[in-house]
Amino acid sequence: MKEKLEEMSKRAKEKIAEIKDNQTLNDFKVQILGKKGELTEILRGMKNIAAEERPVIGSLVNKIRDEIEMMISEKETEFKEKELQSQLEKETIDVTLPATKVKRGSEHPLNRVIEEVEDLFVSMGYDVVSGPELETDEYCFERLNLPKGHPARDMQDSFYITSEYLLRTQTSAVQARTMMANTEKEPIRVICPGKTYRKEDDATHSHQFNQVEGLVIDKNISFADLKGTLEVFMKKMLGENTQLRFRPSYFPFTEPSYEVDVSCFKCGGKGCNLCKQTGWIELLGSGIVHPNVLKMNGYDPDVYSGFAFGTGLDRLAMFKYGITDMRLLYTNDVKFLSQFDRKD
Amino acid sequence: MKLSTNFLKDYVDIDVDLNTLAEDMTKVGNEYDSAENLINATNLVIGEVLECEMHPDSDHLHVCKVNIKDEVLQIVCGAPNVRKGLKVIVALPGAKLPGGVTINKSMKRGVESNGMLCSIAELGIESKFLSAEDKEGIHELPADAPIGEDPIKFMGMDDGVIDFDLTANRGDLLSVLGMAYEIGAIYDKKVKEPDLSHGQNEENINDSFKLKIDTDNCTMFLAKKVKNVQIKESPAFIKNRLIASGIRPINNVVDISNYVMIELGQPLHFYDADKLQGCLEVRMAEEGEKLTTLDNIERTLTTDDIVISNGKEAIGLAGVMGGLDTEITENTKNVIIETAIFNSVRVRKTAQKILRSEASNRFEKGLDPNRTYMAAERAVKLLEEYAGGTVVGGTVEYNKEDMSDKEIEITYRKINDILGAKISNQDILEVFRKLGFKTNEDGEKITVIVPKRRLDISIKEDLIEEVGRIYGVDNIESKVPVMPIKMGSYDSTTREIRHKMINLGLNETLSYVLVNEKEAKNYVGYDMKSTEEIEGIKLLAPLTEERSTLRCSIITSLYKIYEYNVAHYNKDVSIFEIGKSFYKKGEEYNEENKIACLMTGNYYCGINNNKQVDFYIIKGIAEELLDFLGYGGRYSFIVKENMPRELHPGQSALISVNNDIVGVIGKVHPQITKEAVYVMEINLDKLLSKKTGKMKYKEISKYPTVKKDIAILADKDIEASQIAMQIKKAAGSLLISSEVFDLYTGKGIPEGKKSLAYSLTFGSNDRTLTDEEINEILNKIIEKLSKIGEVRGK
Repeated sequence: MKEKLEEMSKRAKEKIAEIKDNQTLNDFKVQILGKKGELTEILRGMKNIAAEERPVIGSLVNKIRDEIEMMISEKETEFKEKELQSQLEKETIDVTLPATKVKRGSEHPLNRVIEEVEDLFVSMGYDVVSGPELETDEYCFERLNLPKGHPARDMQDSFYITSEYLLRTQTSAVQARTMMANTEKEPIRVICPGKTYRKEDDATHSHQFNQVEGLVIDKNISFADLKGTLEVFMKKMLGENTQLRFRPSYFPFTEPSYEVDVSCFKCGGKGCNLCKQTGWIELLGSGIVHPNVLKMNGYDPDVYSGFAFGTGLDRLAMFKYGITDMRLLYTNDVKFLSQFDRKD
Repeated sequence: MKLSTNFLKDYVDIDVDLNTLAEDMTKVGNEYDSAENLINATNLVIGEVLECEMHPDSDHLHVCKVNIKDEVLQIVCGAPNVRKGLKVIVALPGAKLPGGVTINKSMKRGVESNGMLCSIAELGIESKFLSAEDKEGIHELPADAPIGEDPIKFMGMDDGVIDFDLTANRGDLLSVLGMAYEIGAIYDKKVKEPDLSHGQNEENINDSFKLKIDTDNCTMFLAKKVKNVQIKESPAFIKNRLIASGIRPINNVVDISNYVMIELGQPLHFYDADKLQGCLEVRMAEEGEKLTTLDNIERTLTTDDIVISNGKEAIGLAGVMGGLDTEITENTKNVIIETAIFNSVRVRKTAQKILRSEASNRFEKGLDPNRTYMAAERAVKLLEEYAGGTVVGGTVEYNKEDMSDKEIEITYRKINDILGAKISNQDILEVFRKLGFKTNEDGEKITVIVPKRRLDISIKEDLIEEVGRIYGVDNIESKVPVMPIKMGSYDSTTREIRHKMINLGLNETLSYVLVNEKEAKNYVGYDMKSTEEIEGIKLLAPLTEERSTLRCSIITSLYKIYEYNVAHYNKDVSIFEIGKSFYKKGEEYNEENKIACLMTGNYYCGINNNKQVDFYIIKGIAEELLDFLGYGGRYSFIVKENMPRELHPGQSALISVNNDIVGVIGKVHPQITKEAVYVMEINLDKLLSKKTGKMKYKEISKYPTVKKDIAILADKDIEASQIAMQIKKAAGSLLISSEVFDLYTGKGIPEGKKSLAYSLTFGSNDRTLTDEEINEILNKIIEKLSKIGEVRGK
């Protein structure tokens, strides 16, 4: 009996070692260990064995069964791994082939700049306001101390629709609107970015362009406040090393008025083509709100004072991204637009 | 204003170089375009032509021996007027001339030339300023010119010129004297008064000359007379200073009128006294009145133009241009000098029509009546001195001007409050003293007496600006406003919409609002009763026809961008823009905020995996946006008869939110383009005014859901949305979703029919649905749908 068992064990082990596929292995497993399998048959025949021999044979049978099961299980694992390996091999692709391109949109550079300006001023407590682009003469000029016939109106050749309506020449129009809308005459802190229009079209001027206007009104607002605010603004937009130069100037809606130059960020003020060798680039107009403007829009100039400033966003965007031709901003070539499709 | 520093130094004694002066003026608010020497040339000397022979190998060149004191140079010269004995300007080898010219030793057709004999033009003086002789050849210096010396200095052309770009309010700086006051304030230097001293004869002009002012638009008019003038060339200093100021010298009398204008800022007009009939009259022109001006052009006038008349007819356009008939000529003997003040707005209007000149510019900016007197006296003084004239006694005088200086009260505190500075009282008073403003102090209060010449100063704030300017803006320390802390607000919705669209793969554009009138009304009418009701808004005076009218739809602008891109090899265009469009309805002007988008070409692409834009892609974009904004379940796409003409009638729809039309979507009409271009526009003002659902958590069911598919064979024109509605109605609340997963026409489907397959999901929050329940619902659905078509359940 013992010999028979060992002989079977040997045969089975040899057979298992030869098996090359899962199916044969399964069949063999059934053949040996199944309900009608050889080993099961042997176990069934145990009752015929002498009682004193039973423990010896029993343990031998168990040992052989464990060994065969172990071998089969090892073989099964081997086959599974092989199978997985071949699946992986079959599924292997060339990962260097190009991706399926999901379209990535882009934000127009001008709006990127507007958002940056907005975020800065919102963080300083300013509200962002807007006004109509189809503006009335009253808000665009008259309420800003530019009565009809004022010579400074020549400075702004305007697109009139009727004698009363025009496309706003400046975002300053929103100054008067903001002051008038503030019925309680509370302090004001606003900026207004937006489109403006003037009757000129050449390499450096577009008949449609963008400005941002700032207006602050409260008790005790001074030129020093204006100076500090514009320093924060320009350093944020053009870099911490930016220097500002305030030059007294003339605008009908502010008095005193200042034009503001920034140190040339290209050459650092040494003089280059961009700054026409002067080291400075003229970028903003600003000043203390003219008492007539305050008065006309319901603020008492003996109690309140304020400052206002305005700058061209197109140039700011051009400087920021190194855009050399203003017309690119309005041509909207997809090859241009797509360059602004990422985090800055 | 071009300022000659030689001229300036007559009035204020400064010793600073040209660029420092220009920069210091910039700091106080007077920008400049250029600061250059009148003549920018080096290595020039005065020479004398000792010998002048014809060049052996040329029919026009001369070979000259030129004495320059230290040596005699051989120079080849091509000028026709070069001759022996002539004193000339010699550019030595190494000389740098304007226009980047450098003079070197050279061979001219085989003959050595060691320099160049110069014309005035070669020294950089524009030809319009040159005399006929100077245009022809080299400059001929007078016989007494010292050999070996600097010719520029000898000619008095060693001048520095700053071309200022002045602000509109500083009319007072349009004169050398005004500049002297400004520069005197910067460097704290006293300003000299002009020399007005002159003789006069026993006569009185008032005995022989009458003046009549017939209009309020002339507030001041002075006339003086000078007899027996000799017309000739002006002395060099007058010519040089006029050239430096950008004015062409003509003859001594005409030059004096210009010289005094530049000097004092007051325009003058000189008449040939013998061509007047002993009188002058100022009045408004008659409608259609004719006048031939100095430039020999006949002008037709209107009642808005101020004219000077001889009592009968107009002989000059006040403030703008004199008449041809009474101008100074070579034969003029006696001169009437006019200095006057005319209404600035009237002069501006007339000048805009006719010609803007140095004179009209000064009238427009306003004049100081003191200078009107000064200019008359200064002119006769110079005519006496440089034209040998005899000044007739007396002045014909009309003056309605207020001659008094302005007094403005201000406090030290107000000045410091507005500037945000701590300037001492002493420093403030110093500023006013430097500017030549007198002050009376009374404790905290100062009364500032502003001289009439500073027409730009009328209120406290103007004085504050002066203090800031002269004290120095750079000396004021900056700070930021101290205001209550609050969070600023901005239109976050528009920004979120922008970023949503960008994330959906669209490129944001920024387009022109002005379009061609013909296209202005394209793609509109979808949200109104009729396109006929609205009008495009047209500019009164457009720059071009292409940009004459405001767009009524942003799609118009986007379509132009599409065309541009196609022409520039960009086939895949998916763009959007948030902006405004405009229309007029009746007398009302309307401005709307909108978002528009245009898509064509591939939406995404990969290997064997391109997705072309079609209607459903752009519809998906629209739905994404509407869902994102919270309008999920509140919108629908409606097919109507009267779609915008520019859209494909079978591939377009109106977008309705809460049962109100807010936008349009569709394919561009094949008559406009053969390409598949899809567009969409939504009126954001309308859309964002609509109610949205609140974002709120909905319970997630613990129980399993059951999926059932169902297909219906229906007529082709039955809308999917109608079928979906029927399914929903029949199913009731246990239907969680129904989705179309297949649309089929063609083989096996009868002509005019389509097969739509739906995947239905059922479920409940409180139990597992039984087969009986689901079958019951399915039967209801099938029963409903059977009225529409043939149903096949699965």
